[in-house]
Amino acid sequence: MLPYVLRRLSFLFFVLLALSAIVFLLLALVPGDPALAILGPYATAERLTDLRRELGVEQDPLTRYLSWLARLLHGDLGRSFAFDRSVSELVLERLGPTLLLAGTALGTGTALGLGAGALAAAHRGSVDRMLTLLSLAGISTPAFWLSLIFVLLFAVTLPWFPVSGMTAAVGAGAGSVADVVHHLVLPSGVLALVIAGIVARLMRAQMLEALSQDYTRVARARGLPEAFVRYRHAFRSAAVHMVPVIGLQAGYALGGAIYVESVFQWPGLGRLLVEAILKRDLLLVQGGALVLAATYVLVNLATDLVHHALDPRTLEAR
Amino acid sequence: MSRFRLEPSRAHALHFVFGALALVFLAGTAATLSAPGTRALPDDVAVVALHAEPKSLDPHATTALNDFRVITSLYQGLVRFREGSLDIEPSLAERYTVTPDGLRYEFDLVRHERFHDGTPFDAEAVKFNFERMLDPRHPFHDTGPFPLAFFFDAVRSVRVEGRYRVVFELEEPFAPFLSNLAYPTGFMVSPAAVRRYGKFFGRHPVGTGPYRFAAWESHHRIVLESTPPRSPFSLIFRPITDEAARVAELRAGSIDLLPELSADTIASFRKADDFVVHEQVGPHLWFVILNARVPPFDDRRVRRAFNYAVDKRALVEHVLESTASVADGPIPSAFSWARNPDLEPYPYDPERARRLIAESGGIDRELVFQVPDGGSGMLEPVQMATAIQADLARVGVSLKIERFEWNAYLSTVNAGLGDGQHMAAMAWMTNDPDTLPFLTLRSGAHPPGGFNSGYYRNRAVDALIDEAHRATSRPRRAELYRRLARLVHDDAPWLFVASSKQNAVARRNLAGFALEPSFFLSFENVFKREIF
Repeated sequence: MLPYVLRRLSFLFFVLLALSAIVFLLLALVPGDPALAILGPYATAERLTDLRRELGVEQDPLTRYLSWLARLLHGDLGRSFAFDRSVSELVLERLGPTLLLAGTALGTGTALGLGAGALAAAHRGSVDRMLTLLSLAGISTPAFWLSLIFVLLFAVTLPWFPVSGMTAAVGAGAGSVADVVHHLVLPSGVLALVIAGIVARLMRAQMLEALSQDYTRVARARGLPEAFVRYRHAFRSAAVHMVPVIGLQAGYALGGAIYVESVFQWPGLGRLLVEAILKRDLLLVQGGALVLAATYVLVNLATDLVHHALDPRTLEAR
Repeated sequence: MSRFRLEPSRAHALHFVFGALALVFLAGTAATLSAPGTRALPDDVAVVALHAEPKSLDPHATTALNDFRVITSLYQGLVRFREGSLDIEPSLAERYTVTPDGLRYEFDLVRHERFHDGTPFDAEAVKFNFERMLDPRHPFHDTGPFPLAFFFDAVRSVRVEGRYRVVFELEEPFAPFLSNLAYPTGFMVSPAAVRRYGKFFGRHPVGTGPYRFAAWESHHRIVLESTPPRSPFSLIFRPITDEAARVAELRAGSIDLLPELSADTIASFRKADDFVVHEQVGPHLWFVILNARVPPFDDRRVRRAFNYAVDKRALVEHVLESTASVADGPIPSAFSWARNPDLEPYPYDPERARRLIAESGGIDRELVFQVPDGGSGMLEPVQMATAIQADLARVGVSLKIERFEWNAYLSTVNAGLGDGQHMAAMAWMTNDPDTLPFLTLRSGAHPPGGFNSGYYRNRAVDALIDEAHRATSRPRRAELYRRLARLVHDDAPWLFVASSKQNAVARRNLAGFALEPSFFLSFENVFKREIF
C-alpha cells in the first residue's frame, strides 16, 4: 500500500504544478489592470506606472510565474492586494468553513442517497418510482436556484433559519456550536440534496446488480430472510462499490460550494475565490485555486485508500 | 433463531442510512430553538450591510465608498461637510482663515480632543498625518500606498505654530483644498496607532470620530462602539457581497439598514410598511463622452443634436426607475451653491436633432458606442446604452454598442478615445465642483495624464476652470462655475444624462438617520425607537 500512496502523492505534485501553470496562463490572458483595480478610476498615469512596477505586472508572464513558484517553495503565496493580507492567511482562514460545509453536505447527501438507492432497488414498484423521480429532481435542479428558493422559504417566509453567514452577527450565543449548526442547515442541505440524487441513482443500480449476483441467490437458497439478504449482503457489497462515486461527489461538494457559498454568504474559500476573480487579485486566485485543487486531490486519494482497504482486490488490479 | 438475528441486523442497516440524517435534522431543529434569535435585533445596536469586505479602514489608504461607510464614523477631519449639504464647516479645527492670495490656510484646533487610544489630538498629529501621505522620506510613508494623496499635491509645507495651531502653505492657489480636507483622505488618524501597527493600521483603526473601533472579524462583521457623551450604542457592519442575500437579510429582519439598492429592487420597498426608503441626490454625473477629435463630433451641431435626440427623462424614469435625476450640465446639482439656476436640461426634441444633423452634412456611418458591463457609479450602463441607441436610431443615427469588463474599459477609455471610438459612457462622483471640469474638460487634461478622453478643447472653458481652480472666495467661485456650466452646456462635449440619487432602505424603527449629499453615512444621531 505504501508505494501506491507515495506514487499518488508524487502525482499530486505534478497535478498542482500543471494546475498552477494553467491558472496563471488564464489570468495572464484576462484583460484588466490590477494597478487600476487598486488605485481606482481617478488614478494618475504616473501612479499607475509606479504601482505596476511595484506589483511586477509589467514583467513577462513566465518571469512572474517562476518567481511565484520560487516564493511558493518557501511557503509564501504572496500578498492579496484586495484585502491587504497574506494569501496563505486568508486561504487557510477560509478553508475550514468550506470543509465544514462540503463535509456536512457530503455526509448527509451520501447517507440519504445510499438509503434511497437501496430502498428503491429493494422495493421495485411505487417506492422505486417515487424515489427515482425524487433523485432525478435532485440531479436536475440547479443548486443556485434551489438555494434561492430555500432562502425565500425557510429564512424569509418561515423564519426558521438564518439567511446567510456562518454565525449570527448579534446576540448571546453568536458563534456557539449551535449557532454554526443553525447556519449550516440550509447551505449544506442544498448541496446534500444534489449529491443524494446522484448517489441514489448509482446506488440503485449497484444494489440491483448485487441482488442478482450468485452469492445473494445462494443466501436466499440457504433460507435466509429476504431483508437479511438485501440489507446485510447486497447493501454492503453495493456500498463498497459506491466509495469511488462518493469521492467524486466530494469534488462536486467542493466545487458546488463556490456558488452555494455566494448565495448563502458562507465565509469559505469558494466565495473568496469569486471575490478575488472579480477584483483581479491574481495572487489570491492562484493561491486559492491551488489549495482547493490540493484538497480535492487529497480527498480523492483518501477515498481510493478507503476503497482499497474495503476491497483489497482493487489494489491488486492496479 | 433467525428472527432474533434478523431484526437487529435490519435495524442496523437502516439506522446506518438514516441515523446520520436524523442526527443532522435533530441538530438543526435543536439549533433553531436554541440559537440566538436573529429576528429581533437589540435596541442598542444597528446592523448595517456593506457591499463587500472593506480593504482597509485607514482613510488615507482606501478609495472605496464601501470602506468610507465605516470610516466616516471612526474619524473626523479638520473641516466637514455641513449636515445635508456640501458646504464646509469647522470640525477638528475650531476656526480657519485663508489668506487672500489663497496660499496660506491657518487652522486653530479644538483643544483637549483625544484619539480613541487616549493620545492627544494636536498640531503635531496633523503634521504627522499629512507628511505620512505626502513625504516619501517620512518613516511611515511605507504604510501606504495612498491613492488619493494627490488631493493634497498643492501642499508645500505643514507647519506647527503652537500646540493647537497648524498652517498649510500651498505651492499655488487650489480652490478644492477645503473640500478635500472634508473628504476621508483628509481625516485625522492617531500617529501613536500608526507607529504601533505600521502597515496593519488599516485593521486597527484609531481616530477621533463618534464611534471607536471594537472588532473586525474578516468577512463576518466589523463592530464599532459609541464614545461618550453618547450612551452605549453599537454599529455592526456586515459585508454581504450578493445583492439577493442583502435584500433577503433586510426582509428577514436581521439587518437594519441597507444602502445602495438596485433600481428594480428599491421599487419593491417603496410601499412596504416595515421599511423607510431614504433618497438623496449626490454629486454624481453619468454622461457620454463624445470624441470631439473626429467627425461627426468635431461639429458642435452634432454634439448638441445628440443631447436633443435622447429622451433623458424616459431613461431616468423607466431604465433607472426614478433613482436618478436628469442632468443639465457638467456640475451636478448636489453642489447647490455652485449650480446655475437658469440652466435647464436639453429637452427631448428629435425634430431639432434631425435638423441639426442635416445642417452639419449628415452622419453616413455607424458610430461606435463603448460601455462597461457595470462599475463604480455606472448605474445600468448596458440598458442605458441600448435605450440611447434606440433614441438615436429615431433620428437616423446608427450606433454599434461595444461592451467591456469595467477594468478593461477604464484602461481603454482613460487612455483617450481613438479614431474608431466615437462615444463612451462614463460616471464620476466628486466632492468639489472643481474636480470634474478640472480633470476631464480642460485642454491641459488630454490623455495621457488627464481624463479628457474626448479631447474637448475650448479656450474660454480652460480660462474659467483655471480661474475657478485658483479662486478662494466661495461667491466668486460660484459665479465662475455658473458661467462654466452654461458654456459647457451649450458646447455639449458630452451627452449629459443623469445624476444618481443614492438610496438606502432602513427598518422603520431606525430613527435619526438621513443620507448625506456627500454619499457618506452618518450614524452620530441614530437610535432605535419603539413602533406601536
